[in-house]
Amino acid sequence: MSILEVNHLSVSFKQYTAGLKQSHHKVISDLNVNLEAGEILAVVGASGSGKSLLAHAILGILPANASVSGVMTYEGEELTPARQKALRGKEIALVPQSVNYLDPLMKVGKQVRTSVQTGDAVQAQRRVFERFRLGREVERMYPFQLSGGMARRTLLSTAMVSGAKVIIADEPTPGLDPVVIKEALSHFREFANQGCAVMLITHDIESALQIADKIAVFYAGTTVEIAKAEDFAGQGEAIRHPYSKALWRALPQNDFVPITGSQPHPSALPPGCLFAPRCAMATPECLQAQPEMRPLRDGMVRCIHAT
Amino acid sequence: MVTLLVAICFISFLLVKNSPIDPIQAYIGADMLKVSPEQRAKITEYWGLDQPVMMQFYHWGSAVLSGDMGTSMIYRRPVMEVIGERFTNSLALMLSAWVLSGVIGFVMGIIAAMKKGSWIDRLIKWYCFTLASTPTFWMGLLVLIVFAVWLGWFPVGMGVPAGVLAEDVTLLDRIQHLILPALTLSIVGIANVALHTREKLIDVLASDYVLFARARGKQGMVLFWRHGLRNVALPAITLQFAGFSELFGGAVLAEQVFSYPGLGQATVEAGLRGDVPLLLGIVIFTTIFVFVGNLLADISYRVLDPRTREGRKV
Repeated sequence: MSILEVNHLSVSFKQYTAGLKQSHHKVISDLNVNLEAGEILAVVGASGSGKSLLAHAILGILPANASVSGVMTYEGEELTPARQKALRGKEIALVPQSVNYLDPLMKVGKQVRTSVQTGDAVQAQRRVFERFRLGREVERMYPFQLSGGMARRTLLSTAMVSGAKVIIADEPTPGLDPVVIKEALSHFREFANQGCAVMLITHDIESALQIADKIAVFYAGTTVEIAKAEDFAGQGEAIRHPYSKALWRALPQNDFVPITGSQPHPSALPPGCLFAPRCAMATPECLQAQPEMRPLRDGMVRCIHAT
Repeated sequence: MVTLLVAICFISFLLVKNSPIDPIQAYIGADMLKVSPEQRAKITEYWGLDQPVMMQFYHWGSAVLSGDMGTSMIYRRPVMEVIGERFTNSLALMLSAWVLSGVIGFVMGIIAAMKKGSWIDRLIKWYCFTLASTPTFWMGLLVLIVFAVWLGWFPVGMGVPAGVLAEDVTLLDRIQHLILPALTLSIVGIANVALHTREKLIDVLASDYVLFARARGKQGMVLFWRHGLRNVALPAITLQFAGFSELFGGAVLAEQVFSYPGLGQATVEAGLRGDVPLLLGIVIFTTIFVFVGNLLADISYRVLDPRTREGRKV
């Protein structure tokens, strides 16, 4: 059974354009993602595809001008705003993007301790720092004194000590050298092996593939494909959606062919399939309506032509 | 600091020198008619007023350096003594106004930011904008009319009750006389701190680290206490220290309105009645006062903000 299920999630932002005229920007539309216990799901997509917002939507920390529709369930029960409030930090933890997410005026050791839910906070913090090879002196440092790698490990620590069952990691790897990336990712693997679930939000497909079980490919605020990590291999024959295929082929070690065009802006989404304007396989049918997610070869795809 | 002081002294010396104040007339006052031109020339010579301006400045400057700021012409007492006495009075006034406006303004700013967009936020904002554009002396008059004249709760002016011997003046009397001017000063001072704190706290609440704190299940007062307060208090404290100059400017007006015998009132008197030594003495003194305020603001940052404190060690 899925520990976390997101069905038909849409997020839109209300914005005032000229004067009092309001406009709604749909940044996430009809999104489906499942997270199983003991599994790492990598959510990959270009920047601006709504990956971080998905994380914030699950935790219920979107800004006030956002409106959310769709159903999210956690352990089979609906995730209402009240439940989100009760669960976040305890059952669901976030590993944020950058050191800016730490309070600049508080020592990092203390900040990690405030995440501890049960037991001796100081002990828990020291144990996790030791595990991440952060010296004793680090706990007395302020965020501005940390190096990039130390900051990432500190942010990771806040999630680790919380004892959460679900960790949502938002771009945990950029700016790190390959060795540290590997190490950070192995912590996630270890965490998943303990029976927890990890949602790894990233634009780095390569590292994601090293540890993820499943890959959810994001495009313009929705999932276009959910596939097993093994499907991303060779020439990408097993990949279902043309966008995921193109993404795979764009990698340097594959064909290194860029995709023409760019992702549509939330204010100007095409009426039919969101990828149709850039898709080589597009037919007039694709422009009619946004295709539904459908199961295909043990995965899911949002394309009428996929085989 | 030394350069600043010398420059300020020199400029004010020149200003006073070139002003239409005649020190001899100011000194002698109404008896001027009885002084013959010969006597006048003698005084001029005795005081060295016939020497070049630079020489005069040099004489005055070296006297100041040796600790002698001259004798006040209106009070007939050494300038240092007058400033010392007046400043003690002013200090009580300014300090209470400083603390009051700081605390009230800070709290108001926080309330406004926490309830951003609500009626209370709008009320506080409206109040601050009105006050920020209110002249101190007008506010003083208003306070005087309401509390002293209509309600009769507090005395109309002065630092101590009239017609009471100095020995019989109690601390309570002094406090009673202090309340209205202090109130006026702090009411005007609140707006600055409150608006600044409000803006800053809104920024902090929208910051990534508060978002992350919320993602970790923190909320309400705990969230504010842990992550909001410290981040907001720093700029507020700095602002308060840096506001020493405004505080002094406000005190001059408020003391005038309330005939409160402080340094501000002495400044006005010295200026109007041509008391050059006192005026120059006050200029030096206020320069130091404002400088110390700014210095304290800088130091407070060093001490309170780990980014500058620890940053120097690295």
